[in-house]
Amino acid sequence: MSAQPQIAEAAGGSNVAPARTLGGVILSVEDVSLSFGGVNALAEVSFDVREHEIRAIIGPNGAGKSSMLNVMNGFYQPQRGIIRFGGREFHGMKPHEAARMGIGRTFQSIALFRGMTVLDNIMTGRNLKMRGNLLQELLWLKGARREEAEHRRAVEEIIDFLEIPHVRRTPVGQLPYGLQKRVELARALAMEPTLLLLDEPMAGMNLEEKQDMCRFVLEVNDHYGTTIVLIEHDMGVVMDISDRVVVLDYGRKIADGTPDQVRGNQTVIDAYLGVAH
Amino acid sequence: MTHLLYSIFIDPFVQMGAAPDLLAQTLWEGLVSGILYALIALGFVLIFKASGVFNFAQGIMVVFSALTLVGLNEHGVPAYLALALTIVVMLALAFAVERVILRPLVNQPEIILFMATFGLTYFLIGLGELIFGGDPKVMISDQLRLPSGSYRIPMSGGYVQMQKIDIAATIIASIMVAALAVLFNRTRIGRALRAVADSHRAALSVGISLEQIWVIVWFAAGVVALATGIMWGARSNVSFALQIIALKALPVLILGGFTSIPGAIIGGIIIGVGEKIGEFYWGPLLGSGIESWFAYVIALVFLLFRPQGLFGERIIERL
Repeated sequence: MSAQPQIAEAAGGSNVAPARTLGGVILSVEDVSLSFGGVNALAEVSFDVREHEIRAIIGPNGAGKSSMLNVMNGFYQPQRGIIRFGGREFHGMKPHEAARMGIGRTFQSIALFRGMTVLDNIMTGRNLKMRGNLLQELLWLKGARREEAEHRRAVEEIIDFLEIPHVRRTPVGQLPYGLQKRVELARALAMEPTLLLLDEPMAGMNLEEKQDMCRFVLEVNDHYGTTIVLIEHDMGVVMDISDRVVVLDYGRKIADGTPDQVRGNQTVIDAYLGVAH
Repeated sequence: MTHLLYSIFIDPFVQMGAAPDLLAQTLWEGLVSGILYALIALGFVLIFKASGVFNFAQGIMVVFSALTLVGLNEHGVPAYLALALTIVVMLALAFAVERVILRPLVNQPEIILFMATFGLTYFLIGLGELIFGGDPKVMISDQLRLPSGSYRIPMSGGYVQMQKIDIAATIIASIMVAALAVLFNRTRIGRALRAVADSHRAALSVGISLEQIWVIVWFAAGVVALATGIMWGARSNVSFALQIIALKALPVLILGGFTSIPGAIIGGIIIGVGEKIGEFYWGPLLGSGIESWFAYVIALVFLLFRPQGLFGERIIERL
């Protein structure tokens, strides 16, 4: 909690996010259950995400937060329940379908293409936006070259936005952890997603890196209007930047509301601090 | 003793100096067989780079594609139509491999996929023998209008003889390598291929379809196999024995690095040239036969001192 004031300051005041007007519901999770063998990772979870909002998912370790994100972008197929997104109803989608529909994401443990430069990593985010055909590319024809240049411009913009121009030619494997996280965010942004899923974007970062990342999350939300769903452990961060919070515990939803509502909820406090049975 | 040292370290070089035409001829022969090794290695690299699978079936794919081409022509299909149809067959094979082998085995350990390519090898041998018979066939070089005959280049009293088909093979190999290098390094599909090789889940998250990528690399490897089959078939003939020679690609890969396209080419050339030079100048000392084991000795030395090969990516794990 002690980090709260600094972060709020770096983010330009904690009242920035709630000041925006939220749109209608763009994604809803309805009665989703997921189990692995006999273990229930998610049980009848329902919540919705509204346009332009920053929606946090919190909960103790093993609460099913990452599983929820993995269901939302098609990495896991839930046994029961549906996801509504983009006017369609899914019982489980494929990851590249989710990407095509405008869902981008980052991972808890960084998943970058280690052999490639920062620039190439981010360019992969343009994959679905590029239309060139194999033959054109094989012969490196004018059309293919022009398309490459156009997308390169879009990527350079994101590189500037996230303040990483000085490392654009560096292989990502050589970058410090905090910058790798930022490159991962840049790659997801390059997809121009309508919904961005961030799995612990600040995990393992030092204070300064956390403040930077907070600022970027808010700026992405503000500048591009991207709806963001994020998992985070740092309560200070969550309470500062999110509009609404879902709390999971043992795969069940135990609370859902604004940061203030959730903070005062006895069930949530019990889940975090433990309760004498 | 001094005589032995003389014949190992001095005499071969004296011979090279005395007859430069013979040296040039040996180098050329080595270069040509090196390029053929390199082409096979290239097929391996393509699949290894994009899926981490060592495709044991690459050798039989060379034989199978060449047999299909010759077989179709034997049944009265004009040569160029047969060539186009063979490319279609390789595309169908790529789809089949993705659907029947790779997709059900996704997320299995690499050794399982490797074993699956063993299965594919024997399946293709069986299928090839069933359809085309086990006898060696003659490549339809004339129908494909491949050049024949040779150039003789005079040199210090003697001459160097170069088969036109070998020159054509060298040029075609160079074009294929250049095209693949551009594809891999400069384009969307190339980036997607490298992305899949690096991290499946990250590739999926940006909307790259693994299925599509696998079909593309297996098809590309199939086309490279066909080109190799034509070139090699034109020099000797098309038989299942080629499959064994294809295993020479393994030391080439160790030398060049499993993930490097230029590495495959340069590794192939080093092994090809080394073999021929070794056989010609040092062979008599050891009663010949250097050609059959030289490549493996080089590979062994590389494994000891530079296991990632000349151009391979050095794998550094953060602990």
